[in-house]
Amino acid sequence: MLNQIEGSLGVAKAVALCRPGVVCAYPISPQTHIVENVGKFVKEGTLKQCDFINVESEFSAMSVSIGSSAGGVRTYTATASQGLLFMAEGVYNASGLGLPIVMTVASRAIGSPINIWNDHTDSLSQRDSGWLQLFCESNQDAVDTHIMAFKIAEEVGLPVMVCMDGFVLTHAFERLDIPSQEEVDKFLPEYQPREFLDPKEPISMGAMVDPDAFTEVRFLQERKMVKALSVIERVTKEYRELTGHHSGGLLDCYNCDNATDLKLIIMGSTVGTAKDEIDRLKKEGINVGIISLKSFRPFPYEALKQAIGNTKQVICVERAFSFGARGIICPEVKRAMEGTNCEIHTALCGLGGRAIYGSTINGIVKQALAGKFTEEFTWFDINSNVLNSYLKDTEGVTFPQGPITDSQLQNSCK
Amino acid sequence: MLQVRLHGRGGQGVVTAAEMLSLAAFLEGHFAQAFPSFGSERTGAPVVAYARIDDKEIRTHEPILEPDVVLVQDRTLLSVIDVFSGISPNGYAIINSADPAEQVVPELCKKLPKGHVLTVPATQFAMEKLKKPLPGAPMLSSLAAATDVFKLESVQKSFQTRYPGKVGDANAETAALAYNYLKEVIKGGANA
Repeated sequence: MLNQIEGSLGVAKAVALCRPGVVCAYPISPQTHIVENVGKFVKEGTLKQCDFINVESEFSAMSVSIGSSAGGVRTYTATASQGLLFMAEGVYNASGLGLPIVMTVASRAIGSPINIWNDHTDSLSQRDSGWLQLFCESNQDAVDTHIMAFKIAEEVGLPVMVCMDGFVLTHAFERLDIPSQEEVDKFLPEYQPREFLDPKEPISMGAMVDPDAFTEVRFLQERKMVKALSVIERVTKEYRELTGHHSGGLLDCYNCDNATDLKLIIMGSTVGTAKDEIDRLKKEGINVGIISLKSFRPFPYEALKQAIGNTKQVICVERAFSFGARGIICPEVKRAMEGTNCEIHTALCGLGGRAIYGSTINGIVKQALAGKFTEEFTWFDINSNVLNSYLKDTEGVTFPQGPITDSQLQNSCK
Repeated sequence: MLQVRLHGRGGQGVVTAAEMLSLAAFLEGHFAQAFPSFGSERTGAPVVAYARIDDKEIRTHEPILEPDVVLVQDRTLLSVIDVFSGISPNGYAIINSADPAEQVVPELCKKLPKGHVLTVPATQFAMEKLKKPLPGAPMLSSLAAATDVFKLESVQKSFQTRYPGKVGDANAETAALAYNYLKEVIKGGANA
């Protein structure tokens, strides 16, 4: 059914359609509206047989989620930013225990300095946590991905993080097609846990594993991640056939067929903005493809290699980076393209809510096609005036206007 | 695509107005999008919200730098920020004020086509019916009157959907007052 609603309400409706037995969360912007709405559904009785549990922190939210999921109940939670960090210990435990929890991360920067706006630092900080991480490019994608996430999590036996851009998506009021309860029930059967805690037949979960078997436990966990690649593809296919929505998947290509000079790899809501700009560029005779990277964990090396094909240059539009290193997506893409001549670079932009405009994408494309991405890593949308106002007085250093490359940064430190 | 930027102050329902604008367009079968400029919300602080209307899926999520329409819910902002920044040369501006547009924003009146800069005493209408200084509904119905982008009835229905009962109905009445006022102005009638 078509609704004109806030993204957060859309996600709350999607979660409710999946009939979770326990929802436990602690409010933090920009995720709050999602759990507030789920809480309202439970109170109103529209979401039946669900316990909405209020706790005093994110650490407790994840702990309760682990408990309920281990108890064999379909479980949902949501968080963002510092909240995700606060629950980090539990995040790793949930995946180690193989619990199919679904959690929304309404992606937001991490402090200090405090910043409530959107980038991908929070979700990518949990890159190695053993959770699947699925990124959404629109609110419709977010609605659909949440429904798919429960099925994927339960089939794979691992938790899934659904990452949607905070504010940009969560607070946007848009047209959303919400599937019916009948459709979702048909797609997502009642949860049948393989193993769960039952006081009548006590078992132990998550017991200590010594060096004799720890590596093997991790290997088995990684096998699930690898299996997840095909599960994501299969579940996506099934969902698309059922609803007609073009959501989910490992990745999604836009205008890629004839774009042999340049493709952009983007995660999240920037994809939509970039699509509009790519259409405008097409009218100028410039053909650029977009690869919307949906699944960051597991990383779809094979699918990405195919999607890139024989493209000469790839720019990863990244909204987080690794201090003391470079981009986070770019090295993965390089792994996928090892042994080819494809040039792969990072354009870092959109940190802490700095808006990525169509003109930002236009700038990246024009610079790339002019061969100006000479280094792996570039601070693309940096404002040198702000830097210079500080560095000129303190260190006598100034930067020219425009993007700043890694080597410019390094040279400025000499 | 029609791009609208709404300016007001925290507590005046600017974000709600943008949402209701998108709902009114949705009710008429359009694609629409609304989103706030995500600041730290404080009562009285300048607030910006955005809305887009189109007949195809709206994919972009960038803030609006070059609006076709600017709605100013609080006149005191005119001296504080450049609310008309980037406005399309053929765009519309509607300002919440009882004074004539030529007096409130003379420069803008020279810049935009005749009849594209309008004032409406939206707060006054809101106080009459709603008893609260919430000018969202009359501002949106003024947009309807000025551009015919959607009908008055759709603005009314959007508020009645969000606030069923007395509040929605009062908003609907307020919207009608502003709509009729501005239609009269545009015709060159009594309020012009």
